[in-house]
Amino acid sequence: MSTAIATAADLAPVHEHELGFLRRYIFSIDHKVIAKQYMTLSALMALIGGGSSYLIRWQLAWPETSIPGWGPVGPDNYNALITMHGTIMVFFVAMPLLLGGFGNYLIPLMVGADDMAFPRLNALSFWTLFTASAVLIASFFVPNGPAASGWTGYVPLSDKALYTGVTWGQNLWIIALALEFASFLMGGVNFLVTGLNLRTRGMTLMRLPLLVWLELTAAVVFLLSVGPLVAGAIMLLLDRTMGTGFYQPDRGGDPLLWEHLFWFFGHPEVYVVALPGFGIMLEVIPVFARKPIFGYRMVVYSTIGAGLLSFIVWAHHMFVSGMDPRLASPFSVTTIMISVPFAIILFAMIATLWGGSIWLASPMLFALGGVATFLIGGVTGIFLGSAAVDIVMHGTYFVVAHFHYTLFPVVFFGGFAGVYFWFPKMFGRMMNEVLAQLHFWVTFISFNLVFIPLFLVGLGGSPRRIYELSSYETLKHLQPLHIIATLAAIVLLIGQLPFIINLVYSLLRGPRSERNPWHANTLEWTVDSPPRHPNFVVPPRVYRDAYEYSVPDAVHDFIPQDLAPEEAFGIRGVAD
Amino acid sequence: MGAGVQPILEADEFDDAIRRIPPGKIGVWWFLASEIMVFGGLISAFVLFSFASQGAFAAAATHVQWRLGAINTLVLVTSSLTMILALGYARAHNLARTRWCLLMTVALGLTFLLIKTVEYTSEIREGFVPGTSLFWSFYFGMTGLHGLHLIGGIVVNIFLLVAALRKPAWDFLERRIEFAGLYWHFVDVVWIFLFPLLYLT
Repeated sequence: MSTAIATAADLAPVHEHELGFLRRYIFSIDHKVIAKQYMTLSALMALIGGGSSYLIRWQLAWPETSIPGWGPVGPDNYNALITMHGTIMVFFVAMPLLLGGFGNYLIPLMVGADDMAFPRLNALSFWTLFTASAVLIASFFVPNGPAASGWTGYVPLSDKALYTGVTWGQNLWIIALALEFASFLMGGVNFLVTGLNLRTRGMTLMRLPLLVWLELTAAVVFLLSVGPLVAGAIMLLLDRTMGTGFYQPDRGGDPLLWEHLFWFFGHPEVYVVALPGFGIMLEVIPVFARKPIFGYRMVVYSTIGAGLLSFIVWAHHMFVSGMDPRLASPFSVTTIMISVPFAIILFAMIATLWGGSIWLASPMLFALGGVATFLIGGVTGIFLGSAAVDIVMHGTYFVVAHFHYTLFPVVFFGGFAGVYFWFPKMFGRMMNEVLAQLHFWVTFISFNLVFIPLFLVGLGGSPRRIYELSSYETLKHLQPLHIIATLAAIVLLIGQLPFIINLVYSLLRGPRSERNPWHANTLEWTVDSPPRHPNFVVPPRVYRDAYEYSVPDAVHDFIPQDLAPEEAFGIRGVAD
Repeated sequence: MGAGVQPILEADEFDDAIRRIPPGKIGVWWFLASEIMVFGGLISAFVLFSFASQGAFAAAATHVQWRLGAINTLVLVTSSLTMILALGYARAHNLARTRWCLLMTVALGLTFLLIKTVEYTSEIREGFVPGTSLFWSFYFGMTGLHGLHLIGGIVVNIFLLVAALRKPAWDFLERRIEFAGLYWHFVDVVWIFLFPLLYLT
């Protein structure tokens, strides 16, 4: 006897058109609407995150000047800016876009389900994030300003107002993060249950599109890593408000406790961000090379391996923290080990291109740009993973350039690849390819021109998180590099205008898209653009994996996952 | 199926064992996994500081009222029993007894909170507050977080009790009691870790 699960369906109205405006567009429980809400939130927060990077870069290039459109920035404001830039970009841009946006939209469609396992929980998770964002933005306006401890919130900067002057701002920062964690915990549970339980008939785990694998792994990694930081954040809040001394040595506590708790989460967190970005690239590249993904199984195993390893590398952020020096070797070893699964994933992407019929449409350009730039980021990560190098490089601009060369590729190149790729599905219209190509080239070139100089600034010995170089005799000669980086950063920011124009224009006036404009195989391309309610009138039946491109003897150069073999190969069946 | 969620599929040659577990159950287990990491973080930090404290933690712990703690442990373990009984009676479709067991679970949970309040009050009166020393910071922090989780569990159980006071859909109620029971047992297990660490050192 089938055990039908009553989840959201028992309370939700059956027919979409019966819902009022609020239930349909604002408090929707439809995963597709929620995904767009996440993406909108991410875009709005990106304006603030990007705006703060403009202020940071101008201050570094031309310190003690008044920044056009803003005013002067002093050292305290600078610390607040870099803190909020990092916090917003990681937690309120990257995660909502890659997990809340693409994950929510695509996981149900790709597994052949009509919605997530827990649609109302899904809505709650978005509105929790919305509340978190509101709290974080409120922190800009409280007395003594927003948090200024760095996104890493090291104590004692973060637990005593004495050092940064910040009072309420830091408390609100902690609360905003706590809400954000709650939001993604709820979302993560939803992703996992949907991906494991709601797969349609024939969709075995090894036929799942790689994006689903990577999103699920990211969800597991997040679920299991965030706990200790929640504990740590509670302790920090208690230190700040109830006079406890968890992190204060004169009270018996230890500042290093915070670093361990933060980075035990913080390191897996960057993989939580990176994996979905890779997932998008892994979906785009086979479509635009008209070739199956190279090494599907190896990519799956590498993803799982990377997820597991991510839990035992965290102290590579702490080589110079004063922790027991004997920990340096084991953590160096594990850090270098974790480069292997990521290398395998990148090699799989590159090998997929080999011999393929390359189609350089905008999604592909962004995916390739992401691969190329991530390679630089990944390799510099190997340098930093060795404790001997890190002792010199820790806290310098070398690290800043390294993590921008990993995060920016996965979030922005991966993210834009995803936007250009799935925009037709989400909105039923095509984006303008000319503006898209312009967007890519300006972004790609200017991004590299921002961060290559910063590698050199770091190698030249400049620490990070300082608001200007002129007080340091040994660093002054690096100033021209900062100026180059800032000019490039301004171009990078302005270079997003073609995208914004393209987005708005295409939403309103773009040419109508067909169901499957890219001739791709995954299940989302078998439904209307945009999908109707329910997603699938009849639950699809899956016969194969997602990467059957250019199969000899097939009728077309792509075979959708739900196409019966007789139809794929013509009436005669598989050719002999 | 309208705007709803697909039912669990029948077992067939392409099915796997995972898909036959109700989604809600898997969801609760994943949630519990993340909660284990939260308390795990606090408890590990406590244990490390305890080792490093050179007796300071043990000295502070002598002021903790182990008798009340032991009573509370009994109370909570019994409430886990009544929770399991509630599930058993729900599966047997015995409405009256299901209601009673849920009510007892809620009552025992509230009893725990009451005893905890008595403890906190006396400790604060004696001058032991969260800021007194690191041991007390952990004591109030960990038991406080546990208490908040217990309140959450009590609220959920009250909702289920209210549902059981009307004529429930058994399928729905059985499942929800099972999920709530998993969470309740988790809260109980956390206490079983906290009690020896805080009260019996």
